[in-house]
Amino acid sequence: MIKKFLYLNRKAPYGTVYALESLEVVLIGAAFDQDVSLAFIDDGVYQLTKAQNTDDIGMKNFSPTYRALGDYDVNKIFVDGGSLEERGLTVDDLLPLTYEDEDDDWAEKPSIRVVDSGELAALIDEQDVIFSF
Amino acid sequence: MKYGIVVNTGPYTHQASDTAYHFTAAALGKGHEVFRVFFYHDGVNNGTRLGVPPQDDRNLPEKWSSLAQQHDLDLVVCVAAAQRRGLLDADEAKRHGKDADNIAPGFRISGLGQLIEAGIEADRLVVFGD
Repeated sequence: MIKKFLYLNRKAPYGTVYALESLEVVLIGAAFDQDVSLAFIDDGVYQLTKAQNTDDIGMKNFSPTYRALGDYDVNKIFVDGGSLEERGLTVDDLLPLTYEDEDDDWAEKPSIRVVDSGELAALIDEQDVIFSF
Repeated sequence: MKYGIVVNTGPYTHQASDTAYHFTAAALGKGHEVFRVFFYHDGVNNGTRLGVPPQDDRNLPEKWSSLAQQHDLDLVVCVAAAQRRGLLDADEAKRHGKDADNIAPGFRISGLGQLIEAGIEADRLVVFGD
């Protein structure tokens, strides 16, 4: 049985463990061949920002791991445009996440789609299982 | 209805673990099936048997253990989250050279795949805690 799983990431990457432990679920869950989407809203959009540097806070910078998501066939990544805008960010501030599309001769394509709150609501509505971290 | 339960916060600081316990007990009491209770993040602290709350306070790990015994309930603690927070069973303690284990009866330690499986198998996956 294939279900639609959505991981809703709401929190900054550091400050709490939620972002890291969410990513751990995504990576393990990828082995189950489900229909997986990730959404980043509120401070969660900071999880995907480029050039994170944690040297001075003694935390592990786990952001490079997001770049591996494409290799795990996790390529539906939705970012709330309103949350980006509120924080003075654009999609250019985010990691350039990509995947290779097996249905299109393995062409490299962007995984991130910026959506508005209406599209997010529709996305949430169509899910079977939602993990909110 | 077949439920899966996820508990993401520890006992006592937040009431979410209590609410999860009451929901689970009520669902079982109404004849529903609970496929699994999965403890993640600080939720793993529901699984220590070494807590000693005051006598007039509830002992949540004991309540979970007792519910598990009555209903053959599957209480699963995430291994990665548990290791970070010092929640160990005898095998884990031995493997990591620790001098004690603390897991409560009725709980078992396993991987995140058990959480995904609960999402797949349950009709409804209900998450408690932020």
